[in-house]
Amino acid sequence: MSKEMMSGNEAIARAAYEAGVKVAAAYPGTPSSEIMENVAKYDEIFSQWGPNEKVAFEVALGAAFAGKRAICAMKHVGLNVAADPFFTASYSGVEAGFVIVSADEPGMHSSQNEQDNRNYAKFAKIPMLEPSDSQEAKDFTKLAFDISEKFDTPVLMRVTTRICHSKSMVELKERKETGLNEFPKKNTRKYVVIPAHARIKRVMVEQRLKDLAEYAENTDINRIEEGTRDLAFITSGFSHNYVKEVYPDAHFLKLGFTYPLPMKMIRKFVDQHKKVIVVEELDPFMEDQIKVAGINVHGMDIITNIGELNSDIIRNSIENTKDEVNDIGVSIPVRPPALCPGCPHRGVFTILREQSVRVMGDIGCYTLGVLPPLDNLDWCVCMGAGVSMVQGLEKAWDDEHADKIVGMVGDSTFFHSGITGLVDIVYNHGIGTIFVLDNSTTAMTGTQENPATGKDIKGKPATRVDIRKICEAVGIKEIYDVDPQDLDALGEVVAKALASKNPTVIITHRECILLPLRAKVKFTPLKIDTEKCIGCKSCVSVGCPALAYDKKLRKTRVLPELCVGCEVCSRMCPKSAFTKNGEPLVYEKRHKIRGK
Amino acid sequence: MENLNILIVGVGGQGVILASEVLTLVGIKAGFDVKKSEIHGMSQRGGSVSSDIRFNKVKVHSPVIARKSADFLVGFEKLEALRAIDMVADDGIIISSNYRLDPMTVSAGSMIYPDDVEGIVKENHEKTYFFDHVETIEKIKNPRAVNIYILGALASFIDIDKEIWIEVIKSRVPPKTVELNLNAFEEGLKIGG
Repeated sequence: MSKEMMSGNEAIARAAYEAGVKVAAAYPGTPSSEIMENVAKYDEIFSQWGPNEKVAFEVALGAAFAGKRAICAMKHVGLNVAADPFFTASYSGVEAGFVIVSADEPGMHSSQNEQDNRNYAKFAKIPMLEPSDSQEAKDFTKLAFDISEKFDTPVLMRVTTRICHSKSMVELKERKETGLNEFPKKNTRKYVVIPAHARIKRVMVEQRLKDLAEYAENTDINRIEEGTRDLAFITSGFSHNYVKEVYPDAHFLKLGFTYPLPMKMIRKFVDQHKKVIVVEELDPFMEDQIKVAGINVHGMDIITNIGELNSDIIRNSIENTKDEVNDIGVSIPVRPPALCPGCPHRGVFTILREQSVRVMGDIGCYTLGVLPPLDNLDWCVCMGAGVSMVQGLEKAWDDEHADKIVGMVGDSTFFHSGITGLVDIVYNHGIGTIFVLDNSTTAMTGTQENPATGKDIKGKPATRVDIRKICEAVGIKEIYDVDPQDLDALGEVVAKALASKNPTVIITHRECILLPLRAKVKFTPLKIDTEKCIGCKSCVSVGCPALAYDKKLRKTRVLPELCVGCEVCSRMCPKSAFTKNGEPLVYEKRHKIRGK
Repeated sequence: MENLNILIVGVGGQGVILASEVLTLVGIKAGFDVKKSEIHGMSQRGGSVSSDIRFNKVKVHSPVIARKSADFLVGFEKLEALRAIDMVADDGIIISSNYRLDPMTVSAGSMIYPDDVEGIVKENHEKTYFFDHVETIEKIKNPRAVNIYILGALASFIDIDKEIWIEVIKSRVPPKTVELNLNAFEEGLKIGG
């Protein structure tokens, strides 16, 4: 049996392989994206990116109805999108094992909120498992398929960023083929969820919870780790590691199966100790249920429910201490992420700022447009809202401000939930202007394919879904195609679209710079003629990491190792100080606009 | 040596992840339980990147290094080394490039990159080794091999057989660059003397 160093995400993918999964689907989202990227490496599994989490969920559920094991994966907010089928799949149950992986993000390293998706398990009455490392991520995922089949239910695997992206040793096993040998027979009372059938299932779901609670009492993934010192903890997920690190000799009730909770086991453990502290990341999910059962424990009265935990927080909270702050006497400038040098979105934000446009944003790399110096995003909530919220923003003032508002989605989020918003604008007398920033990839999560790229998850050719044709079919009469690095053309298009009284879509076409960089395409970096540079900072206002402004010399420098020569910055220069291949870069039209 | 905590910091795209992958494999080959953790996602877009690597003869519980407990802080960029200075154990060692890469906040002119970062780090931590980025590239002949040079520097302080390092580096770098990288590794080894 071989062992391999694996991230939690790789381990979950391996589990899908070993458990005989036939169909797997996901929508990319940090920290979950690598699960499906790794599943896609196994030819035995049909894997795919869905256009959104709801579709991915339903594809997988369909396979489970058809008698083959299936898995779907998403980031925490993705389960909000897939919540509709999630709740009802709890009633229908499955023909073969069905596992949903929710990758939560305590600390919000790249997320818009910190929701604790364990609540979904309780909410939908679906069993849940929480691994603490990569080996458990693999073992628990495989166990989840068995539980799913044994109790006729979907199973939720709740992982967090540190599980997904930490690496540790995992023991590999062979794949075992599973699932039905024949296509299942018709079973409407189970699989057609009309009220009459659902009322019967409703009762069965409650009984299933009781049976699952009994299972939780006896499974070995809920276990006691005896200690030698007078300290006792109930832990789950990654928090277990932090506590074990600080108090290796304490008593632990380590829970891997965390919904429904093994209340008898918990009561017995608590009775044996003077004081028991529940340590969990985010909500007091276990603590509240334990207290409702009349068992006296501590938890969030000692340890915070905000952000990612770590061993320092655990120690300081329990011992009531504070880290001494080491004052080094200088302030260290923060290093936020930024749009890459050569990013096609840079030109869009530059023009929108120039025309003082308010921007309804969306989730993707372009969300970085909010950061200085671009500083040109006004609102951002979730995927797709970059289209639909424009309608509300404009109608709230009877379209009075419509000539100064644009919405924004990417190619991937256009398919995710942008199309329905467009339909709404067309249908409900909207006149909004919507940007579709088509960079031929799902960039922020690591350049995954999407329906517009013409390739599937394995990189094989697939039918390309045409964004422009969808806009036409929806009823958008004014559609503009433009290169976002051609600032003149872009500026004209934006002015025209905003003046229009029709709903308008502007599709920007230029591939994400990471794609040619990865293909090792050679670029010619720009240079600056320092004699001509007057230090006006027009160029650095586009927020490019390849430019450095020297405050003392009052000149801009180009970092040749980063510059890809996209010429967005040089178009801003009033003195034509930039050169490429020794030739000065002059843009006459551009300078006229800027002169106005 | 019972356990070892190494924190590698830098900027997205500098090769922090490859260095930490190599280090992880070295630890495993040397017979340790190894865990590593890093934050992906937005950090890929030119933000701060850090990778925690922990070796233990018996078992590593949390892959995340606690404050003031890194035996080594490895900096690919000097401001990032300074930012993480609180993570180093009092008797730990800092190895860092003197490379300066301005964050957007600095290049856009809204914040100041502190003068004499090297001096501040040295003043606050005794066992600090800076190497000159430009000189090093001249010596090792390829800017892309700097991460392997840094691993050499690290190896010069760690009691793990040199052959293990070499074996892992050979297996992880592109075949055409093996010689170049091994040369960079040997150069790095000179840091610890």
